[in-house]
Amino acid sequence: MQPTISAKERMQITRQAMPEQDAHERSGNFKEVNLGFSEQLALLEAQRCIQCKEAKCIKGCPVMVNIPRFIKCITDGDLAGAARSLFGDNALPSISGRVCPQEEQCEGSCIRGVKGQPVAIGYLERFVADWARTQGGVLDTTAPVPSGKKVAVIGAGPAGLTAAGELVKQGHDVTIYEALHKPGGVLVYGIPEFRLPKKIVAAEVDRLTKAGVKIECNVVIGRTYTIPELRAQFDALFIANGAGLPVFMNVPGENFKGVYAANEYLTRVNLMEAYDLPNTNTPVLIGKRVAVVGGGNVAMDAVRTAKRLGAEQAMIVYRRTKEEMPARVEEVHHAEHEGVDFQLLVAPLEVLGDDKRWVTGLKCNRMELGEPDASGRRKPQVIPGSEFVLECDVVVVAIGTKANPLLTATCPDLKLNKWGNIETDANGMTSIPGVFAGGDIVRGAATVILAMGDGKNAAKAINGYLEQA
Amino acid sequence: MHTILAKKQLSPNVTRLDLLAPRIAEIKKPGQFVIVRAKEGDERIPLTIADADPTQGTIALVIQAVGKATRELVALEVCDAIRDVAGPLGHPTELISSGRALCVGGGVGTAVVHPIAKALHAMGVHVTSVIGGRSREWVIFEEELAKCGDVIVCTDDGSYGRKGFVTDAAKEVLETGGVDIAYAVGPVPMMRAVANLTRPYNVHTIVSLNPVMVDGTGMCGGCRVDIGGETKFACVDGPEFDGHKVDFDLLADRLSTYREFEQRANACADGQCKIRR
Repeated sequence: MQPTISAKERMQITRQAMPEQDAHERSGNFKEVNLGFSEQLALLEAQRCIQCKEAKCIKGCPVMVNIPRFIKCITDGDLAGAARSLFGDNALPSISGRVCPQEEQCEGSCIRGVKGQPVAIGYLERFVADWARTQGGVLDTTAPVPSGKKVAVIGAGPAGLTAAGELVKQGHDVTIYEALHKPGGVLVYGIPEFRLPKKIVAAEVDRLTKAGVKIECNVVIGRTYTIPELRAQFDALFIANGAGLPVFMNVPGENFKGVYAANEYLTRVNLMEAYDLPNTNTPVLIGKRVAVVGGGNVAMDAVRTAKRLGAEQAMIVYRRTKEEMPARVEEVHHAEHEGVDFQLLVAPLEVLGDDKRWVTGLKCNRMELGEPDASGRRKPQVIPGSEFVLECDVVVVAIGTKANPLLTATCPDLKLNKWGNIETDANGMTSIPGVFAGGDIVRGAATVILAMGDGKNAAKAINGYLEQA
Repeated sequence: MHTILAKKQLSPNVTRLDLLAPRIAEIKKPGQFVIVRAKEGDERIPLTIADADPTQGTIALVIQAVGKATRELVALEVCDAIRDVAGPLGHPTELISSGRALCVGGGVGTAVVHPIAKALHAMGVHVTSVIGGRSREWVIFEEELAKCGDVIVCTDDGSYGRKGFVTDAAKEVLETGGVDIAYAVGPVPMMRAVANLTRPYNVHTIVSLNPVMVDGTGMCGGCRVDIGGETKFACVDGPEFDGHKVDFDLLADRLSTYREFEQRANACADGQCKIRR
């Protein structure tokens, strides 16, 4: 039991900073940037929470974690209680604690943020989850009563893993089908080691398999099996096969050697471990000057990866300004500290190459911001006569993805929207009864935590559906 | 895990492996491929399925040992297992149900032509296969293709069959008339030559492209090819395309992207490289 502190003392504690690997040092390695709170820092930060009765932070969380409750446990010195509370609400807290855009969610709603800094909820979540993992034996692992129902989950990414974790708790027999050779989806192919170490994902996956979730890798739904085939074998399905096909700029020269989609660049480095060359077998081109086109989290991951692979100059090429960037604030700051060069208000027109079609540069226009467009962001406009060439030897295109048609093309009964994403009702159920969907295949490109929220909600809806069936 | 049940050396650097993959054996169609990793840490490589035996639950992969990953695959023996086999991927071959087909295979591509010829023959199509190699020992799948129709073998040095390139023999077949469709699988220059050959005869020609691929499910976009001025992903839009529309120069160019890495990896594997990197 910790000594209680007065409300005044509580308000005087300032937000604790996340200990980080030195910016210069880390820009040359793939080790995690954020080092995590010590128990002491966590206690201090937890004491900043004023335990609101009507906690807005909970409403700000896509998986509705009871934040004040687990933070209270920390201040009470009951870390095991904090872990049980947190894991009860969120199947993958050591992942969300690292990759969530907290500033827009829980922390964005925190009352302490009105005057000053919000409670560092994400850092506390990560602390509790990491503590529980290294401690072991803290969480309840009693097997639930088998329900006799079989559920198939398509895709072992954040939505699928979350749904599987929730479904297995209810005693369902859960099998995940994963197209790649390793479970994790974007958590293993997309998000780099320095932001989310692969051993953390592996530990979370291991916890699920120990709880009874079966994972079959190398099974491509839409090819190895179709949805109608699975539907005949399972009582319910959850489709969470992810975003899919990368979008290109559609400019001349885009197929030159040295132009990557961010998906390929990151997959080579993360899933295929090219960051460890020459000890691994999958190559990636090491650019001296790498231009990453885009302003989202994927672009930040790609440009920081390029820096770590040894780029002398790693550049973000973005047609608006920093204010309009969809990337998390923390990622942009980390990139800046690591020496990433931001080419803002710049839009590529053409990829230039030599006679052997190796990339030599990007022909670009300079832009200025005009009137706000439909999204409310000010629309970038070309400054006439501003053309210039940005020299580079690798280009990474990180401007989004579109729905992968592999699965949906082999299941004509599945209702899609005009972009090819699966349509669902408020419960996440598709046009086929008993078939649910969530994550990027429904939302287009979104975040890990929104996918996890979909997984949690779908699991709840699947339970309801199975009880009625 | 996918246990290898049979192994056969087909030519000096081409090996056939028959391995357990019951689901793929059951549903695969001609033209489809699998993504394979021999063991943890290996590169993912796409390989077209050369044959399948659904009753035994096996598929046949014909592998040309050129890089580190393929060399590791062919070093495996019967009873060894392959860690990852994902598929069947890609669209099945566009087949005709009657008439006459010309099937041209070069080198290891002959193994890919085989399931196409087999399917055509089963539907009653008259198949003429033209296959080639540098010399006698490099000619593969002759016996299997002979069961599907006529076979003309060409060798560069004349040590077996006719002396010359497959295009010379293919031209003679086209000249006889009546060819409704052509299929060509082999090295890029061969496919390009066959596509150029059939163009004046207005014979629809299908080629199977083998660009660099990572996931094989459309996710990475690495296997971009230019088909009639449009960018397509070979893994989900192909791997077979209209040979008259393929930009073969771009394909050949993109295939050379990792040549330096490959040479270094091979040198290391041969023990020629004293220092890594």
